[in-house]
Amino acid sequence: MGRTLSFQQAINEALAQELARDPRVVLMGEDVAGGSGTDGEMDAWGGPLGVTKGLWSKFGDRVMDTPISESAFIGAAIGAATAGLRPVVELMFVDFMGVCFDQIFNQAAKLRYMFGGKAVSPLVIRTMFGAGLRAAAQHSQCLYPIFTHVPGLKCVVPSTPYDAKGLLVQAIRDDDPVVFFEHKLLYSMQGEVPEDSYTIPFGEANFVREGDDVTIVTLGRMVHVASQAAAELAAEGVECELVDLRTTSPLDEDSVLESVEKTGRLVVLDEASPRCNIATDVSALVGQKAFGSLKAPIRMVSPPHTPVPFSDVLEDLYIPNAGTVAAAVRETAGYKA
Amino acid sequence: MKEGKVGRWLIDQGAQVQPGDELLEIETDKILGSLEASASGVLRRKVATEHSVVPVAGLLGVIADAAVPDPEIDAFIADFQARFVPEEAEREASGPTPETIDIEGQSLCYLRRGEGGQPAVLLHGFGGDFNNWLFNHEVLAAHRAVYALELPGHGGSSKRVGSGTISEFAMAVARFVDALDLPRVHLAGHSMGGAIAIQFALTHPRRTASLTLVASAGLGPDIDGEYIEGFIRASRRNELRPQIEKLFADPKLVSRQMVEDILKYKRLDGVESALRTIANRFFPEGRQAILLRDRLGELSMPVLVIWGSNDRIVTVSHAQGLPQNVMTQILPESGHMVHMEAAAQFNRAVTSFWESGDLSGSS
Repeated sequence: MGRTLSFQQAINEALAQELARDPRVVLMGEDVAGGSGTDGEMDAWGGPLGVTKGLWSKFGDRVMDTPISESAFIGAAIGAATAGLRPVVELMFVDFMGVCFDQIFNQAAKLRYMFGGKAVSPLVIRTMFGAGLRAAAQHSQCLYPIFTHVPGLKCVVPSTPYDAKGLLVQAIRDDDPVVFFEHKLLYSMQGEVPEDSYTIPFGEANFVREGDDVTIVTLGRMVHVASQAAAELAAEGVECELVDLRTTSPLDEDSVLESVEKTGRLVVLDEASPRCNIATDVSALVGQKAFGSLKAPIRMVSPPHTPVPFSDVLEDLYIPNAGTVAAAVRETAGYKA
Repeated sequence: MKEGKVGRWLIDQGAQVQPGDELLEIETDKILGSLEASASGVLRRKVATEHSVVPVAGLLGVIADAAVPDPEIDAFIADFQARFVPEEAEREASGPTPETIDIEGQSLCYLRRGEGGQPAVLLHGFGGDFNNWLFNHEVLAAHRAVYALELPGHGGSSKRVGSGTISEFAMAVARFVDALDLPRVHLAGHSMGGAIAIQFALTHPRRTASLTLVASAGLGPDIDGEYIEGFIRASRRNELRPQIEKLFADPKLVSRQMVEDILKYKRLDGVESALRTIANRFFPEGRQAILLRDRLGELSMPVLVIWGSNDRIVTVSHAQGLPQNVMTQILPESGHMVHMEAAAQFNRAVTSFWESGDLSGSS
């Protein structure tokens, strides 16, 4: 079979190939170029977890370090995008994005509309999200619902190395601002990734598993939690269809509806806090457009509405796991009106 | 491929079977297929139940002589199940890995199965890859080395296709057989690969032991131009699926995974422009531009033409009225992917065609 890369290497390769292909592509972020020359290290750190390592030595000045002032460098990236570059800017943790909401919500997302299509802001903001790294409440959130809410932004939440590369290349070539969410616990995940460059179109969900009994719609790291649950349930004779949304904006409504119209039963699994998240959004969609197909109430599986706990024990309880997903599926599958 | 889902059993327990008889339906992540008996005897046990999922190389049933006592069958099953380790079996069953050779800056990807004998080369069609021979390759390679080549612009081969002419493709095949030191081969081509095979045979008659043309291009002007255009343009599952369904007499055979695998190929940089370049040469404006029908009579090697009766891409009428030296076999209830849809009959026809060629070739 094909070549295997980690999720992290797949992102690095997408960046390297786009930097090589298009001279307008530049990288910005904290420590993406920093650290070079220290302690005998010739290369840059490549960001806090080394995702962009190796790019500074290949592409030099096109990989730029920024000060720790998010609103300034995100604003600079938006300006550069509007002026003709294609910046990929790394904002370490999505939890820190709040300080530059005006730049993102009012500038990046609105320029194309405010100028009647005469200006575009083709930038990508890469950011880490998600719980499970014992990093507590300020470094563990899943804030993609906030960005999904804002018209003019595109939101990408990949779940595999293959998707990470293809969706990132698409994000860089896209003329709209894209927020690209990387779950920290997925960085070491291995998967087949073609060496050649490729794009995955936005708004095309992936059917991870096909089944006739219950649809599970999810995204990001939760795809793997749902896969594990689906494997357990298959042994019990319950066949789940697992739909990975890949992007939350645009949202592939057709694939969700197509699956629910077949199974009549829906569980939506979302690692984001439960109020106004992707689970509520997908549930509302199905409630409006596939109500007649439903054989059981829709079930949502999300963490409790509380900050991510620092305690290991509580954090493990907080994050949905295969057991909680399987329990929700069993309840849905066994529902009799 | 790691596992398959068992569909219906097509034969009753206790029935006599011959090699090639269809035993049961198997649903893989690629396509629905059927399992053929590999030995003759009595179907003594159905081990796999309908709708169960069985790992690759797992036990589906037992064929044995009527004389073998029941306890011996039971002991065999118990012993097999006790020793069976799916992961190891999968490693053994997953077979050879694709290889790549670089020829004058062009990388060509291929999959070889089998050893020795008079070797054979398989050429897929427009937009295809070596997986198109999934149900044929292993059977055809029982007594010989069989190379499934990926043409330039396709599969794992490099996406540069030059100006996309048939002679460039035939030359790529020639370079491939040179590089692998195959002085003489049985050559089989499907659809566009068929036209390329004819071109190769015309240019290199002494290197072509026999020619097998499967729903071949190049034998008439008609082709479903909307298929070609739709295939090139589709970037999403729901755009591509209706096109892929046209390839089969039974569109239900098309699985979501099959569509997804083709999309994975189509998403690669350079593929769309490669396909466009090729289509402009072979199928401009929805018609076939390369017509080699009249030249088949020049060929001195045995030629077999195989077609599916319900081909919706290249009509089966192209298999009619061919020169005297051409043998023709029409397989019923099959579409353009006749080698997938009627794999058992296809494999039998090609195996015996190649074997008769081996005998005459050696004299």
